[in-house]
Amino acid sequence: MPLVVIGAGPAGLSAAIEAAKAGVKVLVIDENSKPGGQLFKQIHKFFGSKEHKAGTRGFDIGTLLLEETKRLGIEVWLNAEVCGIDKNKNIWIVRSGKESVNIEAGAIVLASGATENAISFDGWTLPGVMSAGAAQTMINVHRVLPGKKIVMLGSGNVGVIVSYQLLQAGAEVMAIVEAAPALGGYGVHTAKVCRAGVPFYTSHTISRAIGKSSVEAVETVQLDKTWKPVPGTEKLLDADTICLATGLTPLVELAWTAGCKFCYIPELGGHIPIHDAYMETTIEKVFVAGDISGVEEASTAMEEGQLAGINAAAALGYYDKEGKDRLSEVVWDKLDSLRCGAFGEKRKLAKERIIAAAKELVV
Amino acid sequence: MKNCLKKIGCPSIEELKNSPAFPKKEDYLKGPIAVIECVEEIPCNPCETSCAKGAISVGKPITNLPYIDFEKCSGCGICVAACPGLAIYVKDYCYSEDEALITFPYEYLPLPKVGDTVAAAGRNGQEICQGKIVKVFQSKVGNKTVLISMVYSKQFFDEVVTMKRLKMNA
Repeated sequence: MPLVVIGAGPAGLSAAIEAAKAGVKVLVIDENSKPGGQLFKQIHKFFGSKEHKAGTRGFDIGTLLLEETKRLGIEVWLNAEVCGIDKNKNIWIVRSGKESVNIEAGAIVLASGATENAISFDGWTLPGVMSAGAAQTMINVHRVLPGKKIVMLGSGNVGVIVSYQLLQAGAEVMAIVEAAPALGGYGVHTAKVCRAGVPFYTSHTISRAIGKSSVEAVETVQLDKTWKPVPGTEKLLDADTICLATGLTPLVELAWTAGCKFCYIPELGGHIPIHDAYMETTIEKVFVAGDISGVEEASTAMEEGQLAGINAAAALGYYDKEGKDRLSEVVWDKLDSLRCGAFGEKRKLAKERIIAAAKELVV
Repeated sequence: MKNCLKKIGCPSIEELKNSPAFPKKEDYLKGPIAVIECVEEIPCNPCETSCAKGAISVGKPITNLPYIDFEKCSGCGICVAACPGLAIYVKDYCYSEDEALITFPYEYLPLPKVGDTVAAAGRNGQEICQGKIVKVFQSKVGNKTVLISMVYSKQFFDEVVTMKRLKMNA
């Protein structure tokens, strides 16, 4: 198979589409039963500009990508787990938990995404404690309300967006608790839940989940400047559900097994496969895109996917240097416009450190 | 309060007044105008591209804060429907002698009905006064974001930005 894309989320589908447009035969593999990654859970409108599909809701973007995938005749294997990749780009896949398959790929795009972080506290194993992403899947995909009174831990965009969607689904959000002294998410998101009456507690964390067989109350505690709990500041909140929106970690196992070299970039989620500006890792013709290359958001994941798709096609001989640079330039500009301002600048600098690490290795 | 947005979650009047799009008192004297509560540089510009009058400018980079030319703004509300952050509403100070009109974005069910009396609410969700619903508008450009027009007492002109959510199955 000339190109295998692992992961059918926004980055993987965008990579597959760009490569297929260049004429490359592409296979997309995903372990889930449906393609689209997290896009079909995103019922809010995306930011950006027209080129980034701003104002379009996430699930509509998912539908557009799937239509394009179909139109280009891209093959998609679902319920297919990639269990390993060797240095010769041999991919070991288990299909539907039954059949073991080996495929030799000319080039690979790893777009495996990220996994949610959890933090532990007394009572965190009680039913009713879940990740924010799990709650989002329940309300927006399965249409089940996980609880009626929610406490959200973490005020980044995931925490505030999922809080808003829980309100839309009919739950009450009792509080959004943030350990840092300032809120993390976009101000327009926090303002939206604030005017719905949701209180924010900065410099606070959850110290305990209380309940016999499930969450019945939540104890919060204030944190001092060194992030240590201040005794005597414990407060009880009436709640039946705790959602954890405490960051994401890139899913990089396949890049390790393939032999990619790594760097450690905490701002982007931890260990990241080193890659150059064309998204190519330290293994020739193995590319990365989306959260595996540093946790950002769906808009940047789609752009990075396009970049990986264009350059995987070039690596297979479908574009010459001039052609791939011309097309890459367009995507770099779109990425730059998403990576500026107070929020984007930090990510842009962190991405530049990854690319600098790649240059160092070449020298 | 200086850091209201990053502490409480909503911008203070002071933070809003420091942003380039927030109207001054005299801007309200010409009739309905768009009020943009976008005080943080995020990569986003549908307000600019949606405005047929060219009243809103963001420019490049798209993280610039929006600016409105109130000479050009007619208060049509298309930007209210287009803003992904639900951070724009239209306010009309000249609606009547003692009443103002606000048109704000709303994404909760159930929807209010024309003629309903609802609780008009402020930036941190507190009830401020009564409001009367005069229009409930769904459009293609809104893409499922509904525009609600509500009349309320001019006395609370600045404070009111939305209505309290209606209870489900109420």
